[in-house]
Amino acid sequence: MNFNFKHEWVETNVGLMAVLTMLAISVGGLVEIAPLFLIDKTVEKVEGVRPYTPLEQRGRDIYMREGCYTCHSQMIRPFRDEKLRYGHYSLAAESQYDHPFQWGSKRTGPDLARVGGKYSNEWHVQHLVAPRSMVEVSVMPNYPWLLTNRLDISDIELRMKALRKVGVPYSLSQAEYDANVAKFGETVAHQLHIPDARKNLVEQANFGNYDGDHSGISEMDALVAYLQVLGTMVDFSKYSDDAFVDVR
Amino acid sequence: MSDHKPSAHSVQTTGHAWDGDLQEYNNPLPAWWVWTFYATVVFSIVYWIIYPSWPIGNTWTPGIKTVTYVNSEGETKTHGWNTRALLMADLNKAAAAQKPYFDKVASMSYDQIAKDPEMSGFILSAGRALFSDNCAPCHQSGGQGVPSFFPNLTDDDWLYGGGYERIHETIVQGRRGYMPAFKEVLADAQIDQLANYVASVSGIAHDAKLAAAGDQLFHGNAAGCYICHGENAKGRQEIGAPNLTDAVWLWAKVPAAPTPEGKVAAIRSVVAEGLNRGVMPAWGGRLTPEQIKVLTVYVHELGGGT
Repeated sequence: MNFNFKHEWVETNVGLMAVLTMLAISVGGLVEIAPLFLIDKTVEKVEGVRPYTPLEQRGRDIYMREGCYTCHSQMIRPFRDEKLRYGHYSLAAESQYDHPFQWGSKRTGPDLARVGGKYSNEWHVQHLVAPRSMVEVSVMPNYPWLLTNRLDISDIELRMKALRKVGVPYSLSQAEYDANVAKFGETVAHQLHIPDARKNLVEQANFGNYDGDHSGISEMDALVAYLQVLGTMVDFSKYSDDAFVDVR
Repeated sequence: MSDHKPSAHSVQTTGHAWDGDLQEYNNPLPAWWVWTFYATVVFSIVYWIIYPSWPIGNTWTPGIKTVTYVNSEGETKTHGWNTRALLMADLNKAAAAQKPYFDKVASMSYDQIAKDPEMSGFILSAGRALFSDNCAPCHQSGGQGVPSFFPNLTDDDWLYGGGYERIHETIVQGRRGYMPAFKEVLADAQIDQLANYVASVSGIAHDAKLAAAGDQLFHGNAAGCYICHGENAKGRQEIGAPNLTDAVWLWAKVPAAPTPEGKVAAIRSVVAEGLNRGVMPAWGGRLTPEQIKVLTVYVHELGGGT
């Protein structure tokens, strides 16, 4: 093998080597990532997907704080066994407002992408406090403090503003609110309005009473509210069972 | 090249000397490696032709391989190869294999299914898989439930009824337990009386005088217990009101209390505080009608009645 190209040029010229290394690395990014932003079928067009309410969003923060994603995925793959156990495969559209998404990469516990509505609030509370009291063979740790920790809601507006900056349509102005009404309907738009966040959060927690305790809003209220909405936003009965085949 | 053994005499060097005599070998790649590399290049070109691969603008090259499946509307479709189309074909195949069984499930009555030995085997294996995934987290793998949380499905005590139709309704619609807190409307002394009356009908040691007064309250309209639990305190399954005369206690921590006083106190606490628990999710939207029918028969086999 005789190459006219002399490797020595690269080896003796650190600037050239840096440029060529970056070119080699960027091929991967260009081929694997860039097309996803250009292909218009990447995110499926479905009805029902909305950003989280303030309470659900706080629950999601606790989900990340406790590291639930290290053992639980939120990504049902298009395989028959997964469909039978977890339900319809996950759509990209369903995590469009997740920053960062919680797809996960390890299943020590089951997938949670469609756990919403599968169990009662009471089961979730008891299972999070003492998993083995509900599932004898579980290896999940106990999370008793979720029930006793009061939920910190002092910075909920800031959290929503941060998400707004990365593209989640939480509204600040009347115009943004009106746009949300047009897109999601009034009930949802109301929940997405940052100036009302605290009021909405307290209302949802008191009405839902997810932890079964009326004395205040615990972290459990938020986490269970989040778990109970997972995978429930899209009504798949409205779509044919092959409706999403075309978009891959 | 392949029998090339590097040695100071035969190997080409880069022709460069550092520090006077420090040289670097310039070994060519072995032929097997180079040809394997070319083979992978050829492989990927074939792959690009067969499968979806290159992005072009806002779409991509679909590849020539296709998957054929039948969708829920009964249309046969041929689609370019992708995992979602493959799943459809896979589901078609499994549905075809299970069709004889599920067709029978759909056409037979509950009694017929339970009596048909072949179907019983199917119910036992398919029902067990469905039960383990969907029901066992609350009702436990054997259906024995969790005291003071989730009801036992293996005994003869049924909150909402243990007949096929009632079990089916419970699975499809879900359930929600509710009893008002009587401390809101009754005096402490009256709640004591009611607790003693309830203890009396289920054979727990009690104060007879208080129980007699509780009897009046139970059947009167001030407390109105009889409206849900029935004149005879045997409960009303149509609204999920439990039988108070048997030894089964799902909510009141009666079995756990060591003394009769403790048992009466456990009953008292439920009368006073009420209940807003016993939520069973609705499975109508999550499972198919055939799956629910299989589960109905499976749960009935655990300890169902009429």
